[in-house]
Amino acid sequence: MKEIVVEATIESIPKVTAFVDEQLEQLECPMKTQMQVDMAIDELFSNIAYYAYNPETGSATVRVEVTENPLAVVITFIDNGVPYDPLAKEDPDITLSIEERGIGGLGIYMVKKTMDDVSYEYKDGQNILRIKKNI
Amino acid sequence: MTITKNTENGMLTLALEGRLDTNTAPELEKEIGEDLTVDVQTLILDLKDLEYISSAGLRVLLASQKKMNKQGNMVIKNANDMIMDVFQVTGFIDILTIE
Repeated sequence: MKEIVVEATIESIPKVTAFVDEQLEQLECPMKTQMQVDMAIDELFSNIAYYAYNPETGSATVRVEVTENPLAVVITFIDNGVPYDPLAKEDPDITLSIEERGIGGLGIYMVKKTMDDVSYEYKDGQNILRIKKNI
Repeated sequence: MTITKNTENGMLTLALEGRLDTNTAPELEKEIGEDLTVDVQTLILDLKDLEYISSAGLRVLLASQKKMNKQGNMVIKNANDMIMDVFQVTGFIDILTIE
């Protein structure tokens, strides 16, 4: 298990991505899978950066674990901000015409569709969001 | 992200390289805001060297498509597998013109 603690701002996203990519490369993760994981990091960490401590700032922990049979990576995002379950949001209507289309909720929806498991819990004053991706 | 632009005869081509995400989408938004004048009839986004796209990038594509619907057309070219999946999953495949 490896983890990184960073400031919960969007400027930290490249650092978190590089940290996770380093672990994925050691597992010889296919490029497409890696890009999907990087996209999920962008969606989830930007949510934390925008909402967890707003208007203050705080820190966030990102933990990477590898499980076997099947080989998978489990990434956990932890913050001490306001309780917020991004998964509770209703899925967006992806059949709307361009004029009716908004972008709200699309990021989380993309994460749900591309990861093998996504879960959220609020425990001991922490938002704990976990994604799992088979490699 | 690197944006390479080329304009000729009312056709603006923006070639994107790198990642179109929370941190880089504002760069594309700014570029399009500056370059997408009324004389642009065709906007081509060449994604050959774009690695991935997140919803922040989709937001800019949606706004650009809406703008181009009023003055011409927009075409997405050379999107990789991961990006095509994103277009598919989000239904963007039906609202964008993808070659």
